[in-house]
Amino acid sequence: MPNRNNVWANIDWITVSIYLAMMFIGWINIYAAVYNEEHKSIFDFSQQYGKQLIWIFAAIFIAVLMINTDSKFFVTFAFPIYVIILVLLMLVPFIGTVINGAKSWIQIGNFLLQPSEFMKMATSLAIARYISSYNFKMHSYKSLLTLLAIILIPVGLIFLQNDTGSAIVFGVFLLVLYREGLNGIVLFFAFLIALVFILTMVVDSYITIWILSLTGFLVHFLIRRKSKKTLVAMGIFGSVYLIFWLINYLLQGTIDPLYFILTAAVISSGIFYIYSLVLRKRNLAVLIGIYLGSVLFSVSVDYVFHNIMEQHQRDRINELLGIQSDLHGAGYHVNQSKIAIGSGGFIGKGFLQGTQTKFDFVPEQSTDFIFCTVGEEWGFLGTTLVIGLFMGLLMRLIFMAERNRSKFSRVYGYCVATILFFHFAINIGMTIGLAPVIGIPLPFFSYGGSSLWSFTLLLFVFVRLDANRFEQLSY
Amino acid sequence: MDTFSKRKYIIAGIMLGVAAIFILRLFTIQITNKTYKQFATRNVLRKIITFPARGFIYDRHKEMMVYNKAAYDLWVVPREVKPFDTTAFCSIIQMERQDLRDALNKAKQYSRFKPSIIVGQISPESNAPLQEKLYKYPGFFTQSRTLREYPSKSAAQVLGYVGEVNQQMIEKDSYYRSGDYIGVTGLEKAYEKELRGIKGVTKSMVDVHNRIKGKYNEGLEDTTAILGQNLLTGLDAEVQAYAELLMTNKRGAIVAIEPATGEILLMVSAPSYDPNLLVGRQRSTNYGILVNDSVNKPMWNRAVIGTFPPGSTFKLVNALIALQEHAISPFDRFSCSGQSSSPIKCTHSHVSPLAMREGIRESCNSYFWNLYRNVINHYSTSAEGYQVWRNHVLSFGFSEKIGTELSSEVKGNIPQVSYYDKYFGQKKWNAMTIRSLSIGQGEIEVTPLQLANMAATIANRGYYITPHLVKAIQDTNRVYRELEYEKKVTGINPEHFEIVIDGMQAVIDETRLSQSVHMDSIIVCGKTGTVQNPHGADHSAFVAFAPKNNPKIAIAVFIQNAGFGATYAAPIAGLIMEKYLNDSIPPRKKDLERRMIETDLMNVIQVKK
Repeated sequence: MPNRNNVWANIDWITVSIYLAMMFIGWINIYAAVYNEEHKSIFDFSQQYGKQLIWIFAAIFIAVLMINTDSKFFVTFAFPIYVIILVLLMLVPFIGTVINGAKSWIQIGNFLLQPSEFMKMATSLAIARYISSYNFKMHSYKSLLTLLAIILIPVGLIFLQNDTGSAIVFGVFLLVLYREGLNGIVLFFAFLIALVFILTMVVDSYITIWILSLTGFLVHFLIRRKSKKTLVAMGIFGSVYLIFWLINYLLQGTIDPLYFILTAAVISSGIFYIYSLVLRKRNLAVLIGIYLGSVLFSVSVDYVFHNIMEQHQRDRINELLGIQSDLHGAGYHVNQSKIAIGSGGFIGKGFLQGTQTKFDFVPEQSTDFIFCTVGEEWGFLGTTLVIGLFMGLLMRLIFMAERNRSKFSRVYGYCVATILFFHFAINIGMTIGLAPVIGIPLPFFSYGGSSLWSFTLLLFVFVRLDANRFEQLSY
Repeated sequence: MDTFSKRKYIIAGIMLGVAAIFILRLFTIQITNKTYKQFATRNVLRKIITFPARGFIYDRHKEMMVYNKAAYDLWVVPREVKPFDTTAFCSIIQMERQDLRDALNKAKQYSRFKPSIIVGQISPESNAPLQEKLYKYPGFFTQSRTLREYPSKSAAQVLGYVGEVNQQMIEKDSYYRSGDYIGVTGLEKAYEKELRGIKGVTKSMVDVHNRIKGKYNEGLEDTTAILGQNLLTGLDAEVQAYAELLMTNKRGAIVAIEPATGEILLMVSAPSYDPNLLVGRQRSTNYGILVNDSVNKPMWNRAVIGTFPPGSTFKLVNALIALQEHAISPFDRFSCSGQSSSPIKCTHSHVSPLAMREGIRESCNSYFWNLYRNVINHYSTSAEGYQVWRNHVLSFGFSEKIGTELSSEVKGNIPQVSYYDKYFGQKKWNAMTIRSLSIGQGEIEVTPLQLANMAATIANRGYYITPHLVKAIQDTNRVYRELEYEKKVTGINPEHFEIVIDGMQAVIDETRLSQSVHMDSIIVCGKTGTVQNPHGADHSAFVAFAPKNNPKIAIAVFIQNAGFGATYAAPIAGLIMEKYLNDSIPPRKKDLERRMIETDLMNVIQVKK
């Protein structure tokens, strides 16, 4: 069977090597993180490190299975797979098991499966399948709405299961869409929204509105070059706003400032509207729009933060943004995690010598905070090696995606790369205090069968597709 | 075909950018910032300190003056505390509930995981019932400590006291940690390093629940405690206590020195206090009372910080200087007209004219201002003569710190030439302008210690050994290491001393002191002094040594507001010398002894000028 031999010859061994290296390093560090004097053997199957070895072998089996699957299978069954996993996800609230406050696991015998983990792969397949379809046009409403549906349906379901971390991961598909032609403005706005969100948290809404409307007016001025009108607008909005800010200040916050903001917005918009009627310039309404948009956005972010989010989520965001620093409360974990990594120094404390992780100062030290063990025991050398491995893998994946003639393979490749990247960025970011504490695993490192298998699946479907890169897949 | 192909660079760029930020961040927290390492160590390290017993202090007969008794500190680890019956607990540890609550809150604020002290210095008697019930109160544990105990209850200001270190001391010396004890005054302070020994440290690693997980660094950094070293002092505890008894209800100071060695035999400052008051749980209350007693000032060691004009006792030094400078001969006579003498009247009635021996015996003011004028006028200018005189005075240890171990010592004052130049104008003063100095009055100020040292110097015929309290230190191998002290020689030749000492003998044998100070078998030499006190009743001063040949004790007694030196200071000195030399008071002096003890000079009205 020449074809099969061909597949083994064509798979990307660099990717496979990095994958194996990561799993091995991960396994060693899990051993160090939960090392137990009474169970010294790394092959002790009653311990996490013993079990992880089983998961690794199972993962390799899955990888081999994927490579032995006909690549046409993934293309053909992309949607069915998506639908099946989606159904599983829907079933979770009814047959699921609660672990760590999230009802997102399905227990089958001794195994716990997390459908949301597999949903990433399924959604990737669906996106790739849809984008590579013959009549796909990025900027048609139909295409965009369909894509949005493909992404948002699982996101909604996962959100409902209280697994915010996994849900947020799906946001990264925006990068894939951008690669496939989505207007860069969208990416820019996504970035802006994140920025404003942070801004609202850090400074009060008055200042946010100021900054937002100023930016808006500036953009308007740069496009339309109408300096006088822009200035008048700024003057009217600014002075009315200032008056209300003063009243609010003098009342010492006895009345909800929200009312002042909204009243100020209505009054100043009214004045400006009359001004534009006098000048008979309808298009000046754009300025009102910019202003009201800023007000609404700022107020609603504030509302979401204070009324919709739960306390632990607020704490984590506050902690990250440095608004509150409670080293015994929400900030405790991040602080201990930073201490663990920071105390590693350049070459680390040595294998099994980490005290922060071994003595439980760091939480979840084998799963979400596995990077702490790397940092503490292997130092800066270890952490840069791990980051280097990830970058090597991600760059390789982009390279592979780009070399595929099939659009399906390329889009799917990007999905894999961006999902891995997101996990990498958030997971390592949170251990060093640069990202909020969102419980998502570090791919191939963190302890746990479900996540290891789903990432293996995700990756090796692409490795299989890539092995066929010389063929133009047809469907 | 693919127009958006270039976007791969942007996507790859975002990824690499994030990785670069991570590496930068890791570089700062792992390499540049060292505090994380300290935090990690602090997290896991639990140091268990073993406190060595503080060194003992012995008197010259190796009688114990200071030793240790056991005490216990109660500690708490807030995290391990479970709700408990505070009323019952408070009754065991004898503490107010509010105080306990405050202490617990303070501990919680410091750390929920690390132990904090709740009550210090629990006596063994209170500790026994506590130990029995401690199991009911998880989170609490006790650690043994040692407390000072002063069996003779005397020499409080000399021995000093120990107290908890304050923040300043901790910052100055890294040896100390919060809650440690340190010598604050007296010998406890002077020999802190010898007495304290060295703390032992056992470093254990603990997990997040403060459970011990094993030795830190394989126990390589552990140290065992080294016992404090014992001090062998020259004090005579029995005579010290006797002297303090004699000073009951009096203000003043007594210092006695063994002339041949410079060892301080006793040092009394009255009013005093029981050193045991500054030990144990009542320490802070008592401390406040003692410190705030502005009338009696019991914490002051007047022997080294009290200064006053030496009065007539100082005439001895002037006589010696005159002889050394050949300003007069021992046989030169000066006349005295008693009360009508001018410029200084003489309050004593005696023969006239008179030479040195009688001049000292009668403490004749006229004799001494004449003598003093001869000394100063022996040189071409008053300033030059005064400078020579001053140098001689300084060689007796005046106007300088004598150099005992007590850091609170003050210098006293013998004015410099420049002082008089400034006060009177250059060349505008002469021997008669400063004639008060001839009789130990005026600007001159000395401490009782300096006065005792003067007596010792005369007893030695011209030199003294730096007075000191500690003569040897017993190290951890129980071997005594003798301490060396400097010998200082005055500018007075030994032959000049005999006539002065004869005069001092006459003071005892040929005046009314033959009743109160004179001893049957031992020749005592002394000199009284009555210090004019512009603020009230005169102070009583007396210096002496005995026996005349091969002296064993030199003493200075200074009693405030006690009038003539001969009335109180001399008899008290006599009794102390008797006690020291003969070990007992003869029956004929028993009545005197009783009178001295019972006399109350505390309430002599002090008239403010």
